[in-house]
Amino acid sequence: MSSTTNPSTQHTSTIGAIGAPSRRNTELALLVFAVVIPVFAYANVGLALNDEVPAGLLSYGLGLGLLAGVGHLAVRKFAPYADPLMLPLATLLNGLGLVAIWRLDQSELLQKIGQAGTAAPRQLMYTAMGIALFVGVLIFLKDHRVLQRYTYISMVGALFLLLLPLVPGLGRNIYGAKIWIQVGSFSIQPGEFAKIVLAIFFAGYLMVKRDALALASRRFMGLYLPRGRDLGPILVVWMVSILILVFETDLGTSLLFFGMFVIMLYVATERTSWIVFGLLMSAVGAVGVASFEPHIQQRVDAWLDPMKEYTLSRAGVAGHSEQAMQALWAFGSGGTLGTGWGQGHSELIRFAANSDFILATFGEELGLAGLMALLLLYALIVERGVRTALAARDPFGKLLAIGLSGAFALQVFVVAGGVMGLIPLTGMTMPFLAYGGSSVIANWALIGILLRISDTARRPAPAPAANPDAEMTQVVRP
Amino acid sequence: MSELTLTVMRLGFLAVLWLFVIVAVQVIRSDLFGTRVTQRGSRRDSGRAQQAARQAPPQQRQQSGGGRRGRNTPTKLVVTEGTLTGTTVALQGQTITLGRAHDSTIVLDDDYASSRHARIYPDRDGQWIVEDLGSTNGTYLDRTRLTTPTPISLGAPIRIGKTVIELRK
Repeated sequence: MSSTTNPSTQHTSTIGAIGAPSRRNTELALLVFAVVIPVFAYANVGLALNDEVPAGLLSYGLGLGLLAGVGHLAVRKFAPYADPLMLPLATLLNGLGLVAIWRLDQSELLQKIGQAGTAAPRQLMYTAMGIALFVGVLIFLKDHRVLQRYTYISMVGALFLLLLPLVPGLGRNIYGAKIWIQVGSFSIQPGEFAKIVLAIFFAGYLMVKRDALALASRRFMGLYLPRGRDLGPILVVWMVSILILVFETDLGTSLLFFGMFVIMLYVATERTSWIVFGLLMSAVGAVGVASFEPHIQQRVDAWLDPMKEYTLSRAGVAGHSEQAMQALWAFGSGGTLGTGWGQGHSELIRFAANSDFILATFGEELGLAGLMALLLLYALIVERGVRTALAARDPFGKLLAIGLSGAFALQVFVVAGGVMGLIPLTGMTMPFLAYGGSSVIANWALIGILLRISDTARRPAPAPAANPDAEMTQVVRP
Repeated sequence: MSELTLTVMRLGFLAVLWLFVIVAVQVIRSDLFGTRVTQRGSRRDSGRAQQAARQAPPQQRQQSGGGRRGRNTPTKLVVTEGTLTGTTVALQGQTITLGRAHDSTIVLDDDYASSRHARIYPDRDGQWIVEDLGSTNGTYLDRTRLTTPTPISLGAPIRIGKTVIELRK
C-alpha cells in the first residue's frame, strides 16, 4: 500500500496491512467456555452447601447460555468484525457474579436481615435487560460517529443524570450516599449511565479542542503549562466532580468522572502536564472535601483504622460499620487457594455483601489465585478496549473507546481498592459481578459501544480502485 | 459431600478459571496484526542497489550542482518516525511529494496526513524547500507549523502527522 519511487534502484518491497479475519468462531468457542465455567461453579456451590446438585442448574445454565447466544448472534449479524474477546469476558464475569449472588442468597443470616434471598433471579432479569440493551446498541448504532453529533446534548444529559438524585422526592439517600433515584418500585443509579454519556461528550469536545489544548502552551520546568483560557473546561469538570462529592457524598463517582476526563485529556493532547494537574487537583479536592464533610471523613477514618471502626461498631456506636474489617478478614481467611465455593463466611459482612462487597466473597472462596484471575479478566476487557482505541481510524472513536475503557478500569480500581483497603471505601459496584440493575445494564451498553467501535476499526478496508499510477509506485530499501 | 471431592472441585475450578484466562491471552496473541512486508528482488540485487544509491548522489551533484552546492548538501531523505521508519529516498533534484495519494513519492499510511500533504523540492540554488500543500493537519518543521515554502536545514525534523522525515548527507 505504501511505497516510494526511485528509478535508480531495483530493490523494492510493498508494505500492506494484513486483513483481520472476522474471528466470530473463536468468540463462539470462548463463549461456550465462559458459560460452562459459571455452571461448574453453580454445581460446586450446591454440592458444598446442600450435598446435591442444585435443582435450578439446568434452567440457570440454559438462561445464561441463551443470553450469551443472543448476544453472539447479534454480534455475528451486526458487528461481524468486532473484537472476539470482549463478549466472552463480560459473559464470564456476569455469570460468576450470578453464582456468587445465588450463593449469598442461600445464607440464612443474610435472608434474616433482608439483604439476600431472591437477588439471583432478579440479577438474571437485569442481565437479560443488559443483553437486550447490548443488542439494541448494536442494531441501532450503525456507526459510532453518529454520537459525535450529540456532543453538547450529551453534556446536558450527563449533568441532568448526575443531578437527578438531588431532586427532592425522587432521590433517595441510602446509607449516606445520595446516588439513587426511585421510580415506581425500581431504584436506579443514574451515575452508571452518566458515565457513558459523559464519555461521549468528552470525546466530541476534546476532538475539536485538542489542538488548542496541546499546542498553545508555555514550557515551564519541563512541563507544558496550558493557557488560562484552555484551563477552563478542566476546571469546570473538576468543579462538577467536587459538587458531586459535596452534595451526593459519593467519592467513587466523583473520582471516576474526573479520572476519566484526565485520561481522555492526556490521550487527546499527549501532554504529561495534564496528568500532573489532574492528580494535584483531585488530591486538593479530596482532602478539602474530606476535611469538612462528615460522611467522607468517616470513610477516611474507617480506611485508616478499620479495626477501631469495627470495635466502635461492635460497641453499638451509631454511624459505624464493621464491613471494612469483615471484608479484610474475608480476604485473609481465603488465603492463597480459597475455601472453595460455598464454604466461606463472607455473609458476615451483612449489608451490601452481594453488591459493593461481592469481591470479598470471591476473595474468601476462590482465594488469591481466583481473585487474580478475576482481575486479569477485567484487565483483558480494558486491554481490548485500549486496543480498539489504537485500531480506530477516526479520532472520535479513539477517544470514545479510550474514555469508556478508562472509566471501566477506574471503576474496577475504585471498587477493588476500596474493598481491599487500598483507598477509602466508596459506594460503587464491581462491573458485571455485583448485584445491581443499573450497573449491569449500563456496563453491557458500554461493551456494546466498544464492540461497535471495534467492528468499524477492524473491518477490512474496501479494495482500492485500480489506479493507473499504481505500477509506478514502489518502496525503496537501499 | 466428601472433603476430597470438594477439594478437587475447588482446585479444579481455579484451574479452569486460569485456563480461560490463558486461552483468552492466546487469542490476543494470534490476533495481533501488523503490516506485512513483501520483498521483491533477490539479496544480491539489494546489495547492488545499496551501492548504486551510495554512488548515485555524488554523480548527481556534479551533474546538476554546478559547483554551487556547499559541503552541507543533503543527499538523501530519511523517514525517522512513523510506519515507514527506515525508508530512505535519494535526492536527485526531483520533487518529492508526500501524502496519502497513491501517486505520491512517499505514500504516507497515516491518519493525520492529507492525500496531497506536502512537497519537497530544490530551488534554483539547490537549496531544498519544504512546502505544505494546504493539508488539514499541517506540516511542522521543528516545532513551527509551515505557512510558506521554507528552506530545510540538514537534520531538521519535518513532521507530518506521526511521520517524521529529515534530510541527511
